[in-house]
Amino acid sequence: MALKIVAACVNCWACEPLCPSQAISAAVPHFVIDAKKCTECDGDYADAQCASICPIECAIVDAAGVPLNPPGSLTNIPPERLAALG
Amino acid sequence: MATTTPIEIGKQSGCSASSCGSTADQMSHLPAHIRERVFNHPCYSEQAHHHFARMHVAVAPACNIQCNYCNRKYDCANESRPGVVSEVLHPEQAVKKVLAVAAAIPQMTVVGIAGPGDPLANPERTFATFRGIAEYAPDIKLCVSTNGLSLPQHIDELSRHNIDHVTITINTLDEEIGAEIYPWVFWNHKRVRGRAAARILIEQQQRGLEMLTERGVLVKVNSVMIPGVNDAHLKEVSRVVKSKGAFLHNVMPLIAEPEHGTYYGIMEQRSPSAQELQALQDACAGDMNMMRHCRQCRADAVGLLGEDRGAEFTLDKIEAMEFDYEEIRARRAAVQASIAAEMNKPKVQVATVSLASLRRRAAAMPPVLMAVASNGGNVVNQHFGHATEFLVYEASANGVRFVGTRRTDQYCVGSDHCDEGEDTLARTISALEGCRAVLCARIGITPWEALEAAGIKPDSDHAMEPIEEAVAALYAAMAEAGELTAAPAAGASVA
Ligand code: SF4
Ligand code: SF4
Ligand code: SF4
Repeated sequence: MALKIVAACVNCWACEPLCPSQAISAAVPHFVIDAKKCTECDGDYADAQCASICPIECAIVDAAGVPLNPPGSLTNIPPERLAALG
Repeated sequence: MATTTPIEIGKQSGCSASSCGSTADQMSHLPAHIRERVFNHPCYSEQAHHHFARMHVAVAPACNIQCNYCNRKYDCANESRPGVVSEVLHPEQAVKKVLAVAAAIPQMTVVGIAGPGDPLANPERTFATFRGIAEYAPDIKLCVSTNGLSLPQHIDELSRHNIDHVTITINTLDEEIGAEIYPWVFWNHKRVRGRAAARILIEQQQRGLEMLTERGVLVKVNSVMIPGVNDAHLKEVSRVVKSKGAFLHNVMPLIAEPEHGTYYGIMEQRSPSAQELQALQDACAGDMNMMRHCRQCRADAVGLLGEDRGAEFTLDKIEAMEFDYEEIRARRAAVQASIAAEMNKPKVQVATVSLASLRRRAAAMPPVLMAVASNGGNVVNQHFGHATEFLVYEASANGVRFVGTRRTDQYCVGSDHCDEGEDTLARTISALEGCRAVLCARIGITPWEALEAAGIKPDSDHAMEPIEEAVAALYAAMAEAGELTAAPAAGASVA
């Protein structure tokens, strides 16, 4: 059980201090989650803390690669609109 | 802690050009003890910003809310121009940078933390930075700009660090409007959305404001003017924050270029025009001290307002520096005391023109806006073509008052004002919309003709003169010549 940070991450630091398992660290080119440490916040919080504060859609995914914050879910910008801009 | 001599702002007797102008206009409503605290603060005092320097340190990257005018790939839109990313520093690096700048720029009085995210969403980094600065440079004032969400919980820590200025961005008091501006906040370990999110944010902001003013901390409120969203409501915001003790209100224009990738940018929410912004500032001014000279500077800005010396203080350059803190502090004290003394000198009345003598013709003297190209020192001293911003003054039979700044790249109000093909000159002219004249040190023939064609009188006869006097003189001359009676043709465009 572990979440993963992917290339969309903008290195904003919001998630790092919130992780109850100290699983997140700053790295290049983007932050990483140590899969051995991540508990998906189970037992600590109802929601995964990193994914609950991350401002970037699709930056954090679950073990199956599904984004916890899918397109359009954080900014309210309709995904079609973003797609149209390229 | 005060190392400079407080000056007697607003106590100049009579009505010199400058006491009728920006300084008195902005400061005169303030109680004396506050005037004393802000006289050398470049962000709070229009007069100070010509003489004293400030810097922002970008130690706070994280944020705990989302604003529709922000794209977190870039800096916080709260206080910064989006589109440029500040290099995030560790607290130790930030302290070192502050000491390096304070050594090189002895006019520096203020260090602020304004992001690139929210300083109070990064409390450890923010407070570690403040502690370091207070240790080596206790004379430097500290301030912080915040969205307010976690303000109440940090009040005691803020007071402990002797931070006497806090800026809160308050865009609304109404949760319905709030839900249009903020898609979510992170609160109690959950992401909260919609009106519930706005309610939490508004409550925290208002409590934070009350707690700060109770403790005697100076609070400035920033508001982003978003046409059709909160513009009609901001007068109420102004009234309420004043009643709760905020000492200054800074209404800033929304910046929403599509290329910044913000919600508002992509959804084509328009920005206010310079005139709409000024009208709202004027409407709020009846209740509140308004701030007119804000440049929405970057989260890592360094130097006097309007200049950016950040490039001189990159990490590799400051790494190698060594400092004698005592000696540098003494030099700052000396330099700042002499600036204060200079500012405090009674203004010499240069009787270029007496507006009073023209007052009997007041009917023919409607108030007009004039733009000034200046790179500092309160003097008309910049070449028209070099100006990236203009200071705008209103001249009328009652005198001259500073009303704001216009950045030549800022006020592109959608496609009809600045389409792709528009060149720099045309953009500058559209930034000057509503102005009847522009004063500068020099100007070329091409821009001269283009300005005239747009109904804006170019003037370089007052080069190197003090701004308010130059504006008054040009206004009087235009009145004499009967040039003020007719308003410029609406929508006058560059032929
Ligand atoms: S899901 Fe929870 S435990 Fe895992 S990295 Fe995110 S914050 Fe840490
Ligand atoms: S909050 Fe999101 S964008 Fe920010 S560092 Fe963490 S994963 Fe990256
Ligand atoms: S508070 Fe600042 S950083 Fe946070 S979302 Fe708003 S504008 Fe962006």
